[in-house]
Amino acid sequence: MDYLLTEEQKMVKGLAHKIAEEKIRPVAAKYDQSEEYPWEIIKIAGEAGLFGLFIPEEYGGMCVNVLSLCLATEELSRACGGIAVCYAASALGTFPIVLFGNEEQKKKYLPDLASGKKVAAFAVTEPEAGSDASAIKTSAKKEGDCYILNGMKHFITNAGDAEIYVVIAMTDKTKGARGASAFILEKGTPGFTFGKKEEKFGIRASSTRELIFTDCKVPVKNLLSKEGMGFIVTMRTFDMSRPGVAAQALGIAQGALELAVKYARERHQFGKSISSFQGIQWMIADMATEIEAARGLVYSTARMVDAGIKDVGKESAMAKMFASDVAMKVAIDALQIFGGYGYMRDYPIEKYVRDAKITQIYEGTNQIQRNIIALAIIKEMAK
Amino acid sequence: MNIIVCIKQVPETTEVRINPETNTLIREGVKAIINPFDVYAIEEGVRLKERFGGKVTILTMGPPQAEAAIREAISVGADDGVLVSDRAFAGSDTWATSYTLAGAIKKIGQFDLILCGKQASDGDTAQVGPGISAHLDIPQVTYVKKIEEVKDKVMRVERMLEEGYEIIETPLPALLTVVKEINVPRLPSLKGLMKSKSAAITFWTQKELNLDPQQIGLCGSPTQVVKIFTPAPRSGGQMLTGEIPDIVNKLVEELKSEVIF
Repeated sequence: MDYLLTEEQKMVKGLAHKIAEEKIRPVAAKYDQSEEYPWEIIKIAGEAGLFGLFIPEEYGGMCVNVLSLCLATEELSRACGGIAVCYAASALGTFPIVLFGNEEQKKKYLPDLASGKKVAAFAVTEPEAGSDASAIKTSAKKEGDCYILNGMKHFITNAGDAEIYVVIAMTDKTKGARGASAFILEKGTPGFTFGKKEEKFGIRASSTRELIFTDCKVPVKNLLSKEGMGFIVTMRTFDMSRPGVAAQALGIAQGALELAVKYARERHQFGKSISSFQGIQWMIADMATEIEAARGLVYSTARMVDAGIKDVGKESAMAKMFASDVAMKVAIDALQIFGGYGYMRDYPIEKYVRDAKITQIYEGTNQIQRNIIALAIIKEMAK
Repeated sequence: MNIIVCIKQVPETTEVRINPETNTLIREGVKAIINPFDVYAIEEGVRLKERFGGKVTILTMGPPQAEAAIREAISVGADDGVLVSDRAFAGSDTWATSYTLAGAIKKIGQFDLILCGKQASDGDTAQVGPGISAHLDIPQVTYVKKIEEVKDKVMRVERMLEEGYEIIETPLPALLTVVKEINVPRLPSLKGLMKSKSAAITFWTQKELNLDPQQIGLCGSPTQVVKIFTPAPRSGGQMLTGEIPDIVNKLVEELKSEVIF
């Protein structure tokens, strides 16, 4: 299928593909096993300029192009969903600064993020505040020229390895959602420490930790936008980043399909390649068609974001929900094609099942995405 | 430091097919790539430029589509490129090729170093690099695996041998051919790819180079390819079965009859 990509986008896709095949695929199993942060790959992606795809040129990036970011994430995810999320999560942590940072903040933080020298993380989730982000307890109290942060965040991707964090905390609990604010924190700030590193089912190359704030002093100049803008920052960031999670799911699905087809052609039973059996062929046809449908949705949504269309909440939710459901189904079916071998860790396919699962959960569970979609449609119809 | 890297566009497959009538390579339908050994030469050139400043110029001779090889080299850090292309150069052997490239290098002018891959993956002669240095009358060091030091127009390098290595000092300008042990080539960057799309490539024909017509192309090539053929694949071995003492006796007899033993 022709996706009508620009020359530049084809270049991004080609380069990310090369990195995925030559650099990531050979080490994917190693990082999955060791759960180490894949700095060697981050360095390669940084030198290639992939971190510049979500940062404007004047701050050392290339452009802010969500479709290009999606293409890069998809290609990297084909080889390893875990390594790809380290990249995508840095985009997630960078978007709030790109969207809401003032000149001083952008100049200070973006160049190192554009080169991949530093990675970023975005911290909203707390033990009691998952899908219900309004239940955030982390507090930020203004004292002189500082805010004092107390509380904790958990399940934060890139935590511990990232140098730059955007943290959502309550500056005024009485105002509910309107009382949340966004802060930029640097690793090493006194009072800012890390809790336990989670052991995960999938995306094991990425790090997931708790952030702990104990009377952590954050200078007022690190406030993003204004007090009370925390939820707007979060929502706008997710609108930009959700196509990226969808692209990650898409890449995992595509990678799983390719492995399954390759295996089906090589595996012989009853004296024939199993790819000659209709039962396998129909599975392949369904998987490939669902992937193309997901890709259409993801690319269209990314193009809407790039065109500057403001309200993409519904489409972003659709893309993320659909692509991640497809990824899960395709990964399971791909493993089925591998048969008993697929269940063994010696074969690469079981990792795709583990990596696919998280895409149905994070950045808003698929149930929350369905809420967003349904509410948007009902609201449209009520107009 | 101004560096010229000589590269060759070659067919990707190592299983090159040969036209039995003309004894030349069949290039149609085979993806063209930069000769893998030349990729190390490009990388080393770019690393030297990053250390000492200056620029890296890519030089290649070939059909017009060899321009793609120059652009690929620019995407990994080379600055500009020259494509020497003319029907008059067609059919060049290593003598005519190195004479022609040396002519192009003279026209490029000032340089400190010429880098080549140790050999091309299609012809495997390893003669063009040394040939260029002979035509230019500059020192050459082949099979370089490390550039140790560059100081006051003198370069100290390690030259790989079958057993161990030599350390050689050479005055500059010089020509080095490099082996794959010298570095790990980088991948292109997005900025490099962008630059490579728009970079202006210089095209030179015989008209611009004005070389001795007797030394270029097929008529300037003393090499006569009498025959090219694909060696027959080895036939399978013979398995001896039975009790060990019998097998040993059988084996000795076989070896004797083949006059191996």
